[in-house]
Amino acid sequence: METHDRPDPDALLASIHRESSKQRRGRLRIFFGMAPGVGKTYAMLAAGKQRLAEGIDVVVGVVETHGRSETGAMLAGLPILARRQVDYRGIHLEEFDLDAALARRPALILIDELAHSNVVGSRHPKRYQDVLELLDAGIDVYSTVNVQHLASRADIVSQITGIAVRETVPDSLIEMADVDLVDLPPEQLRARLAEGKVYLGDRAAVASDHFFRPGNLTALREMALRVTAERVDQELRDFMRSQQISGPWKAAERLLVAVSPSPFSARLVRWTRRTAAALDASWIVVHVESSRAVSEAEKARVTQNLELARELGAEVITTTGDDVVESLLRVARQNNVTQIVLGKSPGHPWSDFLRGGSLVDRVVRNCGDIDVYVVRAESGTESGRQRLVSPATRPPLAEYLHATLAVVGIVTGCLLLRTTVGYSAVSLVLLATVLVCGLYFGRGPVLLAAALSAVAWNFLFIPPLYTFHIAEVHDTLTFGLFFVVALVVGSLTERLKRSERAERHREERATALYRFIETLATSATLEDAFVAAARHINAVFHADSTVLFEPTGATDEGLVPYPLSLAAMSDRDRAVAAWAYSNGRAAGRFTDTLGEADAIFLPIKRLKVTFGVLRVAIPKNAALSFSERQLLETFADQLAAVIERDRLAQAVQMTRLSEEADRLRSTLLDCVSHELKTPLAAVAAASEGLAAAPPPSTAQALVDEIREGVRRLHRVINGLLDMTRLETGIVRPQREWCEIRELVESAIEDETVALRGRDVTVEIPPNLPLVKVDFSLLSQALGKLLGNSGVHSPVGQPVRVSADVRGGELTLAVTDRGAGLPDGVPIFEKFTRGDPAHTGGIGLGLSIARGFVEAHGGSLRAEAASGGGVAFVISLPVETSHLAEVTP
Amino acid sequence: MSGTVLVIDDERQIRRLLRLTLEAATYHVIEAETGKDGLLEAAQRRPDAVILDLGLPDLDGREVLTRLREWSRVPVLILSVRDDAEGKVAALDAGADDYVTKPFDTAELLARLRVIQRRSVAETGDPVCECGPLRVDLAAHSVTLGREEIKLTPTEFSLLRVLIRHAGRIVTHRQLLREVWGDKAENQSQYLRVYITHLRRKLEPRPGSPRLIHTEVGIGYRLIDPGAAA
Repeated sequence: METHDRPDPDALLASIHRESSKQRRGRLRIFFGMAPGVGKTYAMLAAGKQRLAEGIDVVVGVVETHGRSETGAMLAGLPILARRQVDYRGIHLEEFDLDAALARRPALILIDELAHSNVVGSRHPKRYQDVLELLDAGIDVYSTVNVQHLASRADIVSQITGIAVRETVPDSLIEMADVDLVDLPPEQLRARLAEGKVYLGDRAAVASDHFFRPGNLTALREMALRVTAERVDQELRDFMRSQQISGPWKAAERLLVAVSPSPFSARLVRWTRRTAAALDASWIVVHVESSRAVSEAEKARVTQNLELARELGAEVITTTGDDVVESLLRVARQNNVTQIVLGKSPGHPWSDFLRGGSLVDRVVRNCGDIDVYVVRAESGTESGRQRLVSPATRPPLAEYLHATLAVVGIVTGCLLLRTTVGYSAVSLVLLATVLVCGLYFGRGPVLLAAALSAVAWNFLFIPPLYTFHIAEVHDTLTFGLFFVVALVVGSLTERLKRSERAERHREERATALYRFIETLATSATLEDAFVAAARHINAVFHADSTVLFEPTGATDEGLVPYPLSLAAMSDRDRAVAAWAYSNGRAAGRFTDTLGEADAIFLPIKRLKVTFGVLRVAIPKNAALSFSERQLLETFADQLAAVIERDRLAQAVQMTRLSEEADRLRSTLLDCVSHELKTPLAAVAAASEGLAAAPPPSTAQALVDEIREGVRRLHRVINGLLDMTRLETGIVRPQREWCEIRELVESAIEDETVALRGRDVTVEIPPNLPLVKVDFSLLSQALGKLLGNSGVHSPVGQPVRVSADVRGGELTLAVTDRGAGLPDGVPIFEKFTRGDPAHTGGIGLGLSIARGFVEAHGGSLRAEAASGGGVAFVISLPVETSHLAEVTP
Repeated sequence: MSGTVLVIDDERQIRRLLRLTLEAATYHVIEAETGKDGLLEAAQRRPDAVILDLGLPDLDGREVLTRLREWSRVPVLILSVRDDAEGKVAALDAGADDYVTKPFDTAELLARLRVIQRRSVAETGDPVCECGPLRVDLAAHSVTLGREEIKLTPTEFSLLRVLIRHAGRIVTHRQLLREVWGDKAENQSQYLRVYITHLRRKLEPRPGSPRLIHTEVGIGYRLIDPGAAA
């Protein structure tokens, strides 16, 4: 087929991504070995020294020499990062100091034993997670790991060596790293062990007899070589893909593995991962949630298994359905799966029979063209057995009691009717009773009712009476049928109830999500949305949740919690939140990072941008199922969508504002060019005239002309500058104590020219208190009003200035006897002149006056004054201080 | 009054204009285009006054002022296009004697220049100061306005003493507060407002139209130039 010789675009993308992410992030180089003592650390140190000699900033993050003298000698000369001192349960421990390493920012850091588990209370439970964070920070890392610690090989190693491997490293680390295999033939390693170069003293002898048996070493060596070979193979494939070299492309294989709460599932997942890697195929892990009740322990195990799958790089899908086989096949078909992996679990013969064969049988029968792998189950799946005694939906005692009472009542009634209806009819009545019980009770009570009815019928009604002996054959048959009917009815009702419950659960989840979205949609502001979201999550999960969000532009404030309850957040919570925020990954409880926190912290993110963190603290003893976590993640996604929408709206708003600004700018240019050029022209012409040495009287007139022009220019420029300051928000009142009369006089003095010929009266009540305002801004605002009155009122008319302070509010009014307010002219708008007939001015005065007053939190309004003219009234809230209160 | 004036300004047109104006008023003018040149000229030529622009190409004008003040007490008049109160207060605090904003009135510039040059005259220790109709005998604590004897409280008198010692020159709010009420009162501007109001009521023939004490918005007060008033 054609598709076979073409590179799969997805794989190509992934390969490119791998390449580019290699460039951005730090590079990881792993010194890989088959067992301790082959010289990985030595090789790593040697490589580190070489880089140091090349002039690269190399630091030893953590190295264990295990008392090996060769390694110790190699370590000398390399700068070593101080370890973090930890006291854990009275034991003094030293751990790698991740924060110090991040702060130090070397170009290359050497970190021994990648599989190491950090002490409880560290940021990450595993050292490899520290390494990932270093890589994210762009720091190159050299590290060491043994084949036994590889997640996909750990179980095989324990099978071979009989030693359980607890500390594992995901295979993805090997895949992203440059791998240096440090190889040593088993005999040489044993020789080194014997010489005491690996372990000191007695430990060497013990090790030699156990882990370091020649057979073990050979097997481990082969495994290490194979891993390295696979890695090289993958590199080759990557290279061929990126270079578009045609090769034997495999058909796109896709594996699916089903996961249950069984611990065996983890092995199944590892097996699939290995196979998928070998086939170069993608793989899906499916968990089918049935309506069957599961214990908290089982929930936790499923979550653990799915987490493992995720860690190993699987795509995880959970689905719901009571028929596991049907659900599995549905997912398989939807995802174009080519191979299904199943565990061969020792099923229950009876239930298998009732379901029409074991799970494996049924999948094989219905899978169509999908291949099925059946993988052997491990012994010791006792916890799998627990399922039978697991606290399933056990009917309460009351149901048994009610069933018994019902049967007893009916039997008593039938005893009275025995003579009239005959015992055969009684059997039907009792059967009906069992059926009715099925409507209300679970399987157990129904079975009990059936048993009681059968026994009572046999004992009390079937001849011979009051014995359990049955004379007639058809009575025996009826007796048997009783149980069959009861069993069937019981199972049916039970299943009905279960699916009803599951349906209700799904419904609840859907409703919760719908309500959540609705809540978000109806919130007016982001803050409201956050508070509502937190409240909603609290209701759904019985939790205490917080939305942590960093408002734009306020970088120093950090994450702000909504609702604003600072008490609920401990410092540790803040730290976890900060980590989740900066790394864009989930942290806290139920996760791998800082797992000992009280709450789970989910990043609110969209693509690569993290907007905030959703903190959810669910009650101490409760677990978080996978589907619940998914729901929470969906909530977080919705929040991210809301935030993104808000950001977009802001961007649109900005665009609109800048368009408005463009329009204003052009108006301004028109206005300004006219207003600046006119006086300039006058100045230029007058100077020319002066240069021609005119008679003294003309010279004086020309000088006056120049002065007038200059004054006008000055006014225009100041107006423009003030307006610009207001527009750009630079105007911030510097409030200080001011005397009102002084302020008014100052304004009048500044406008002497404009007010020439007008009779200015000042009305200020005596003993007004001092007010706290910006003297300069307010006197300028008042000056603009006075200037305006000067321009618009005829010479000889009065201009009245009055001031008063009442109830914490300062009122300043300027009243003139001019032409009054022009109709329909927005006099406070920029570049608006009340009377176009008046020359001069670019219509900024009143607009600036209002700007200055509003900067104080006050208002400026214009009213028609009695007797014609206009009254401009400034009113602003002020702090006051009485003269009498001030003592020298 | 005349002498040598050093003009430090990067605008050639302004320097030329100042030279014309100042030479017409019988000053001898030295020009410097940059802050460094200005400092050099000030050290070599020992001018009697300096006119300094704040916006210089090489050094900030305030920096020039600070360096100049390290070794010289020459009167300095700031000439700048900036007219915000903070800028003026900062320059005055840095040691400037007065401040004129561009565009400037040449008559005003000359008057200010005259006043700041006269400082040494005011500091002769003469106990009697006269300023227009106002006559203050610092030794006898007596104030007369025209013929009339004015009674002042001790605080009012201290305030007037500071103003009259710097008559014609601007005195910042902070300077007044410090000299009258002490260092701790530097932010208690309401004291000042109240006592200035009291003083004005007693000294100015028509309260409300200041003739003797002029308000410099956002900066401080200035008692009118005794020379101009006389």
